[in-house]
Amino acid sequence: MHRVVVTGTGVISAIGGNTAGFWRALLAGTSAIREILSVDASQIRFRNGAEVRNYVPEEHFEAKDIAFMDRFAQFAVLAAREAVSDADIEWTPDLRETTAVITGSCLGGRAAEESGYWELFHNGKTRVQPLTIPLSMSNAGASHICMQFHIEGPAYTISTACASSSHAIGQAFWMVRSGAAPMAIAGGSEAPFFLGGLKAWEAMRVISKDTCRPFSAERSGMVLGEGAAMLVLETLDAALARGARPIAEIVGFGMSADASHITQPLAAGPARAMRLALRDSGLAPEQIGYINAHGTATEANDRIETAAIRSTFGSHVGKLAVSSTKSMHGHALGAAGALEAVASVLSLRHGMLPPTVNFLTPDPACDLDVIPNHARAAAIEACLSNSFAFGGLNAVLAFKALP
Amino acid sequence: MKVIATSKRIPIESIGPESSFESLGIDSLDRLNILFDLESEFEIEIDDEQAKQVQNIHEMIEGVTHLVEAKTSSSPPE
Repeated sequence: MHRVVVTGTGVISAIGGNTAGFWRALLAGTSAIREILSVDASQIRFRNGAEVRNYVPEEHFEAKDIAFMDRFAQFAVLAAREAVSDADIEWTPDLRETTAVITGSCLGGRAAEESGYWELFHNGKTRVQPLTIPLSMSNAGASHICMQFHIEGPAYTISTACASSSHAIGQAFWMVRSGAAPMAIAGGSEAPFFLGGLKAWEAMRVISKDTCRPFSAERSGMVLGEGAAMLVLETLDAALARGARPIAEIVGFGMSADASHITQPLAAGPARAMRLALRDSGLAPEQIGYINAHGTATEANDRIETAAIRSTFGSHVGKLAVSSTKSMHGHALGAAGALEAVASVLSLRHGMLPPTVNFLTPDPACDLDVIPNHARAAAIEACLSNSFAFGGLNAVLAFKALP
Repeated sequence: MKVIATSKRIPIESIGPESSFESLGIDSLDRLNILFDLESEFEIEIDDEQAKQVQNIHEMIEGVTHLVEAKTSSSPPE
């Protein structure tokens, strides 16, 4: 079994177009939740989202390539480009042939599917745009990353709603740890701002008409976000041998299913995923100093997640800081776990914990130290990143600081 | 009541005006379906926060009646 480290990260998000910008915004407590511009807001009952504003595909891709990539696939490639360059990978034919690419996405390119079907349903057309399938398939992100870097190893996509990219990173971690792949690019991407999707979220009645206030008594639901994050994972030995500077070690992965209800969460499933991540990592609960929470700001999630954290950590909860960065970058669904994994490893490296912003009044049902509104300096040994999906599928990652 | 019987696929006779959602086994996802059906049936828009307060059939009918009346009185005369 190899020790596995994160040697590069890439981000595109509403709060920052790269890792440095993302981290700066997290520490400053900048929330990117604003009025939705990409869809005619008069057609939906909520107003706010965390969109990647001023995104111009032509600045990043050639016109001939843009036609073949939905927004979510473009985000995936942009994040992978930055992660690969950050890790300073020296590609060899052997490395290209064996590196794994595992991406997560909840919706994939469903925006392209919507516009493909639009002509058929509304405009009396008898044919659908021929790129509808390759644009909308959820694995398009992974495929375009492979094509971009000529990576020929194991590559696939995981779709477990809001836990997609945490499952993807966890799988990649296990592959590198076991020796099945020497290196992996893993993460997730999402672009959920299209009319049909927003209307479907509206009907779920879980989107806040206000803003995202995780763990706050005034919380009124989640706010959608978009973007992508990718991490480069490789063995500690290989990283040190080539003179790379690892950001943090990835030490544990735990997953579970609630097996209860398609949308209502239970505390037992998330708690079991956290325990399994701890067991996988060999860490004691007392070694964990921070949890990047799932923290969607729905009434149910935050209450259930608090109960799950309390049952997992017992009396150690008093020394545990917990924050939800969704209050800043929004809930980017299949990209959420990856964005939050990047926030987690950067917290370990820099000794700074990002806050839960938009926090007003403590809720007795969420009595955790949620780092309200302002980032905090704290050198911690290890942290968890929680992701709990609709459908009751839970994924938890554990990271450890490196000297 | 017909809306609920159809949505939950239960006999309409089993539903009374004082039936609580809980006693009918209506969970959060069923509530969403019922809200959706009510909005379509009566062409109204039911606010999330107001919907959360409603716990039984009686309150639901009261709320829907109120919204339908508001809609009728605000629409221009023929």
